[in-house]
Amino acid sequence: MATTTEPAPVQPARVRGPAQDVAGLGISRALGFVAPALLLIGAFLVFPAVWTIYIGITNYRLTGVEAVSPSIVGLSNYTKALNDALFHNALWLTCLFVLGSAVIGQNILGFALAWTMRRARPAVRRTVEALVLLAWILPSTVVAYLWIAFFDRDTGTLNSILGTQGTAWLIDYPMVCLVLFNTWRGTAFSMMLYSSALQAVPPSQLESARMFGASGWQTVRDVVFPHIRGHVLTNTLLISLWTANDFSPFLLTKGGPNHESETVPVYIYNVALQGGELGYSSAISFLLLIANLLVALLYLRLLRRRS
Amino acid sequence: MAGIDIEGLATVYPNGVRAVDGLDLTVAHGEFFALLGPSGCGKTTLLRTIAGLEPASEGTVRIDSADVTRLEPGKRGVAMVFQDYALFPHMTVSENITYPLKVRRVAPATRTAVAERTSGELSLQGLLERRPGQLSGGQQQRVALARAIASKGKVLLLDEPLSNLDARLRLEARTFLKKLQKDLGITTVFVTHDQAEALALADRIAVMQSGKLRQLGSPREVFARPANTFVANFIGSTPMNLLTGSVASGGSVSIAGGSLPAATGSVPVGAEVTVGVRPEYLTLSIGDVSGPSIRGSVVVAENLGTQSLVSVECDGTLIGVTVPEEDEPDPGATVVLTASESRVLLYDKESGELLARQPAPVG
Repeated sequence: MATTTEPAPVQPARVRGPAQDVAGLGISRALGFVAPALLLIGAFLVFPAVWTIYIGITNYRLTGVEAVSPSIVGLSNYTKALNDALFHNALWLTCLFVLGSAVIGQNILGFALAWTMRRARPAVRRTVEALVLLAWILPSTVVAYLWIAFFDRDTGTLNSILGTQGTAWLIDYPMVCLVLFNTWRGTAFSMMLYSSALQAVPPSQLESARMFGASGWQTVRDVVFPHIRGHVLTNTLLISLWTANDFSPFLLTKGGPNHESETVPVYIYNVALQGGELGYSSAISFLLLIANLLVALLYLRLLRRRS
Repeated sequence: MAGIDIEGLATVYPNGVRAVDGLDLTVAHGEFFALLGPSGCGKTTLLRTIAGLEPASEGTVRIDSADVTRLEPGKRGVAMVFQDYALFPHMTVSENITYPLKVRRVAPATRTAVAERTSGELSLQGLLERRPGQLSGGQQQRVALARAIASKGKVLLLDEPLSNLDARLRLEARTFLKKLQKDLGITTVFVTHDQAEALALADRIAVMQSGKLRQLGSPREVFARPANTFVANFIGSTPMNLLTGSVASGGSVSIAGGSLPAATGSVPVGAEVTVGVRPEYLTLSIGDVSGPSIRGSVVVAENLGTQSLVSVECDGTLIGVTVPEEDEPDPGATVVLTASESRVLLYDKESGELLARQPAPVG
């Protein structure tokens, strides 16, 4: 027995030791907790997405023979989309809509508000923030109704203000109206994001620039922007995606007149429910998803390049 | 030339706090001037008001005899170095130094020349292409100084210039800063809460409390003859002895069961006063001495390096006295304290202001 004095090697705690995770639950119980959420996500997000991809390769229709027994048509929906002038039109309008109302409108207006409100009196700042937020939290239908009333040809507020009775803004300038509408509606998010981003700029650096006599624009360009570059990219990514997928243009113009304001989500709706071509609209939905993914990848690349 | 004249200056914050309260001050051209005081005394607000970062509520600020009270900070000809240096992290050292020139749309070639020259003056050669994040604290400070110098201000303002450096570097930077200021000859005002820093660097010191000036003078005056008990308490690395006593006849004050010589001037005999005397100006001896003295027993001795701070209990009060390290007495020993007349200061018991015009100490 006394031949070796070496202590026996300590056995790793294989026996039911405490769980290794932070909460001490163990895998099975942890899974139990997340299962309800996973089930909901599966049923209402993953399944419809997969289903959309599936019916995108069929000739499924709302009514008729194909509604009962759709058949697989391969990629013909996609080749059709690539040659569809109305789809090209919708893509182009979506780009205009995103560029005008999100990348330029919400971004710049949101930053301008955050920048000017940063030194305003608390009462003024809170009032402005509350008003801007109100535009964001009101339901789309309510907001759309307000803007229809604003732009109306006969009794619209805009026409009474400008004295241009009889101008049908939503028919004559539908895209301009949509860009204005969405800028107004979505600025709150950019404003709040930039307000908090501006807190991250050290005050002494702003004051330093002031001591050197830098103008407001020079300060923003040379001192503020380099600090909030990441915020600008993240914000632009989020609002671009939201705007590209936004359906509220339908509530104002229904895509008209003559497809002049038919952005991709509106086009998808019109193809699916007015035209009844569910298979084709699913294919376009999938194309929109791909386009969004490409945009997101581009932003992520830009974001990574700064470090 | 480029001095600063401040008259009746007050800076009141929206909440009613008078951070600077009716201040008159003149900083001479080329002077190295310290604003000293405990935190919240208004010294930084005063500096920022001179810079134009805080609007003056009353009074005027003149730089180089021109009224700048209502001018924008960028138009005052003032350069400021912030406590955290405020270097732009995304710019190289060279871009940082020449940013004031870029703002004024100076040609890039000139800017490069200025960057080269200024970086040479501040021993930053070879660091021009680095980013601030790649520099040590001392180097960052020198870049901030270089940037302030490159902006060609008539006046240089420094907010707590040494507080962001570690203790060792602080001494080095202190020497560097003093030499640089003398070489450039630029009027410089700096803020500090560290009395040792103010004494070491400044030509003149303004001691502030609650937005008001408590004393203005050279480091020697402020140290040797504090104008009131506040300054007496604040200045000096070992606290000044402030003891209650009364004026005795024959040019002395009785305190702590003994007496010390003092120029009592017009203060009547028997009046209660606060007697101030620095531990450094007290002499400790063993055995009898002639003239006024205080007798007591040693309680503790604290080693300060080349000196020791000895606490002596005299009739129930503790008096501090510094002695050379080799003369440190044993605890419990009976000792006698004396001081020269010029080193014993009398303060009004109520107001704490210095009493009696006593002759200035020699040396």
